[in-house]
Amino acid sequence: MGILSKKDANLILDPLADNNPITIQVLGICSALAITAELEASIVMSISVLFVMGVGNVVISLIRNIIPSKIRIIVQLVVVATLVIIVDLVLKAFAYELSKTLSVFVGLIITNCIIMGRFEAFALGNGVWRSFLDGIGNALGYAAILIIVGFFRELLGSGTLLGIPVLGDPIEKTGLYATGYENNGFMLLSPMALIVVGIIIWVQRSKNKALIED
Amino acid sequence: MEKRTDKNSYTIIFAVAMVVVVGSLLAAAASGLKPNIDENKRLEKQQNILYAMGVNENDETSANFVSTDVAPKLFNDYIKKQLVIQNGETIEDTTAYLIDVKKEKTLAKEDGYSRRLPLFVGEKDGKTYYIAPIRGKGLWDAIWAYVAMDENMIVQGAFFDHKAETPGLGANIKQRFFMDDFIGEHLRSEGKFKGITVAKGNADPKNNDKTDNEVDAIAGATITGDGVSAMIKSDLRLYAPYFDKLKTN
Repeated sequence: MGILSKKDANLILDPLADNNPITIQVLGICSALAITAELEASIVMSISVLFVMGVGNVVISLIRNIIPSKIRIIVQLVVVATLVIIVDLVLKAFAYELSKTLSVFVGLIITNCIIMGRFEAFALGNGVWRSFLDGIGNALGYAAILIIVGFFRELLGSGTLLGIPVLGDPIEKTGLYATGYENNGFMLLSPMALIVVGIIIWVQRSKNKALIED
Repeated sequence: MEKRTDKNSYTIIFAVAMVVVVGSLLAAAASGLKPNIDENKRLEKQQNILYAMGVNENDETSANFVSTDVAPKLFNDYIKKQLVIQNGETIEDTTAYLIDVKKEKTLAKEDGYSRRLPLFVGEKDGKTYYIAPIRGKGLWDAIWAYVAMDENMIVQGAFFDHKAETPGLGANIKQRFFMDDFIGEHLRSEGKFKGITVAKGNADPKNNDKTDNEVDAIAGATITGDGVSAMIKSDLRLYAPYFDKLKTN
């Protein structure tokens, strides 16, 4: 981390572990439940959020001194919505295939409370560079959880990873299925995402007792 | 002293300026990119139609279209006739594939309007395919499909797509394991149009019986599956008279 001072580096590293937006700040849970049935969707969502948070935090930080405080939430919402719509249009025009995969997430990104949360908590009071790092850091922390949850839900629910069968064929009963193993269809339903996130929170807090609140 | 940015007048001016800036930005982006987006959609339709009649680049498990560079040429080569059926009359129209099925469905709800039904007649390896676009509702938003049939209304290929079904569940209607189940399936039963039902608790999960008018449902995607059944029943039924006529001629 030669190019970043220790303080700046922490902006990226903290959200990955001890200040994770999902497991510690409990933001962005809704999208974590909705789209993690497949690993691929989790990855695509992570990248989209990474982009919107990085750019969004920079924009908000740039205009932080001229935003009227009475309507700051509306301004934040407008910035996210504009960014997301422009990205969506550009993808539709130049990367049509990708845009079809992403279309489901557009609405979810606008309402993702991590984005609004970081605008409000960080970008409104900090400089452009630090806001950018904070945005990237939190998006990465979000991505880490999404990808872990997506990995387990797709593996245990469908027996595939990124759509590729890794445990054998459930209908022909080959591979692991020959031993009587069955896919757990329950993993594909949203409540199981909550339980997986719960397990991650449990593991994280039992490793670092300082995180446990009284 | 009150800060400059706390004043009501400032707030209102800021809000107005923001709406103007953001509005023009979005309008410019939308109209500037529209030609590209429309062209992409046109090519996609050609790809979808070709896919349904088996002109695609599928490998063992995944569904792949022919590339957009060759789609217009292949479309001209394989699609011999484009028909529009309206009020039982059939006319040829080389732009039938551009008919907006969604608009036609909406118009058809009004009295006295009879839907224009596009039908594409393709030929591959000496076999004739009749491809119909259909459209319906899934769990969250629209679902649609291109279904290729032979003259007996036996499905020869199908391409399903959706706007916003749940990834991993309803979105799987565009996966090969679901779409391929339709191939060979009969739409008629004892000479009458019956449709194909996406059935849960199907006694035939490997889909060996092609005359039961059923394919196996996707676990966890009941409403999307019901939407598929309903869309086939309501939209493909409209084409049944055309195929009845085809038989008697």
